[in-house]
Amino acid sequence: MSELLAAREVTLAYDGATVARDVSVAVPAGRVTVIIGPNACGKTTLLRALARLLAPKSGNVVLDGKDIRRYGTKEVARRLGLLPQAMTAPFGITVADLVARGRFPHQELFRQWSPADEEAVQAAMRLTRVTALAEREVDELSGGQRQRVWLAMVLAQQTPLMLLDEPTTYLDIAHQLDVLELCRKLNREEGRTLVMVLHDLNQAARYADHLVVMKDGAVVAEGAPADVLTVELLARTFALEARIATDPVSSTPMVIPVASLERHD
Amino acid sequence: MSAPAAHRNASPTVAKHAARGSAVWRWRGLSLAWRPRRAAVVLALMATTALVAAVAMTVGTFHVALADVLAILAGRGEGGVAERIVMNIRLPRVLAGVFAGAALGASGAVFQSVSRNALGSPDVIGFTTGAATGAISQIVLFGGGPNQVAVAAVIGGVLTAAVVYLLALRGGMVGGYRLLLTGIGVGAILGALNGLLLVRGALDDAVNANLWLAGSLNARKWTHVYPVMLGTLALVPLLALGARRLSLMEMGDDLARQLGVAVERTRLLSVFGAVLLAALATAATGPIAFVALAAPQLVVRLGGRSDLPVIGAAAMGACLLVVADLVTQLAPLGANLPIGRMTGVIGGVYLIWLLTRGRNL
Repeated sequence: MSELLAAREVTLAYDGATVARDVSVAVPAGRVTVIIGPNACGKTTLLRALARLLAPKSGNVVLDGKDIRRYGTKEVARRLGLLPQAMTAPFGITVADLVARGRFPHQELFRQWSPADEEAVQAAMRLTRVTALAEREVDELSGGQRQRVWLAMVLAQQTPLMLLDEPTTYLDIAHQLDVLELCRKLNREEGRTLVMVLHDLNQAARYADHLVVMKDGAVVAEGAPADVLTVELLARTFALEARIATDPVSSTPMVIPVASLERHD
Repeated sequence: MSAPAAHRNASPTVAKHAARGSAVWRWRGLSLAWRPRRAAVVLALMATTALVAAVAMTVGTFHVALADVLAILAGRGEGGVAERIVMNIRLPRVLAGVFAGAALGASGAVFQSVSRNALGSPDVIGFTTGAATGAISQIVLFGGGPNQVAVAAVIGGVLTAAVVYLLALRGGMVGGYRLLLTGIGVGAILGALNGLLLVRGALDDAVNANLWLAGSLNARKWTHVYPVMLGTLALVPLLALGARRLSLMEMGDDLARQLGVAVERTRLLSVFGAVLLAALATAATGPIAFVALAAPQLVVRLGGRSDLPVIGAAAMGACLLVVADLVTQLAPLGANLPIGRMTGVIGGVYLIWLLTRGRNL
């Protein structure tokens, strides 16, 4: 199993406050990798480092066998797309305009709209089912529609590797499934390698080929969900007493919470 | 037998753009995307500016007919008083207005984008006040002539921007709101300093400084025009080239960076260019309110929202200033009202309107 992207003993810090120390993690090519962990464990920070948005204090991030800092910034953007947690749709922008912005890394001063740009945007809107919304303003859309539009923007970027930071937050359960099914489709049908940060353990178990569990800025377990998700691990990392059953739909591990082991004084 | 591919590439073709309202021209491997509506707005604004400027050159104590103005501008003047008045007094005045307006408009567009706020214009965040501090210091402390005052205004504006930028910097990043609030704070301090300089100075100097502070196109000479003209012609196209990147940054730094934008470098260079434009405009005319604030907003309402309209805002700024100048000259106010005061009044009303609507602040 070859790795497309890897962090090698990276130490990550914001303004001197260390968030993660000596973390190594590998993203297998052609798979869906899901990162889980309790709040403030460094998931988002790790994702930002993998997408070269945060420079490690030590260690390095390797993309396709080469240090990510050795690529030009547009070159990285053609290989790796990231959907951050927080973004702002400019006031009054239409869906098609927003999705078209995903083509920036493929454009140049005098190559502003190639046939490939047009095709990529149309395909991205089709896959995320927002073609009918193309002329609508993004502000007018529902949360679920808006999230699909943002996904379409990153899709139009046509990167073999996509990193998604909690793509299901703020969505109701049906729209969460909708987005996750779309992600799986991107992986299975388009062959894209996906890395997602997710909050819901059962969704993570269901959609991950490769699960990475983090706690306190360190990776505590890594592997197939069925191997990784154990009662002992849940107690240790999430301070959660739980049982593990088999998901009757997907036959993946299903976490049934029993009690919090956290002492609330 | 035909070679359709080669044939197709021989001349520019019109292609489809996913976003309605955008048009594409393709020629060989090259392509240009543009917005017909926005281009039409820019052309209309430029035409209006030219027309109003020509009319403005007929106005004054010595009336020159429009036909004569056009003949003189075309180099077919008959010499005499009319030609001297148009070439040495009225043309420099109008051009100072056109280019100062364009500079302010483009500068405002960039600042509003960087601060992600409709209030983020150089006159609100203290850069114009800083330019004024430079100019007043020169007038009151050193008694410099117009050229030294202009240079001091540019230095004052750029220094203020540097101070605001450094104060707003945290962890290598400048956030939008932090830039805005820091700028307002620094501007307030400099405003007080300007008042102090006026009180401290000799009476004549203080009067001169006050006149300069009112912002005026009166008595503009060619030496006032050249710096702002050259600066505008050089910097506005450069800023327009960076507009796409700035537009992407409005969606959030992380998103722009993941799309391949060098965010901090783009921000620093754009802010530097915009500061220079605002300072050059202020050096040429004194502080003129409202134009930098309103031009980008107005052009967006006319031309539609998509990418940051740097050139559109410049065209709108030029148009606004030239129109305001003509109105102040024609208004039956008796006294020759400085244009800076005029735009200040309109700007105040506009600002209140913007605040009460409140949706996109």
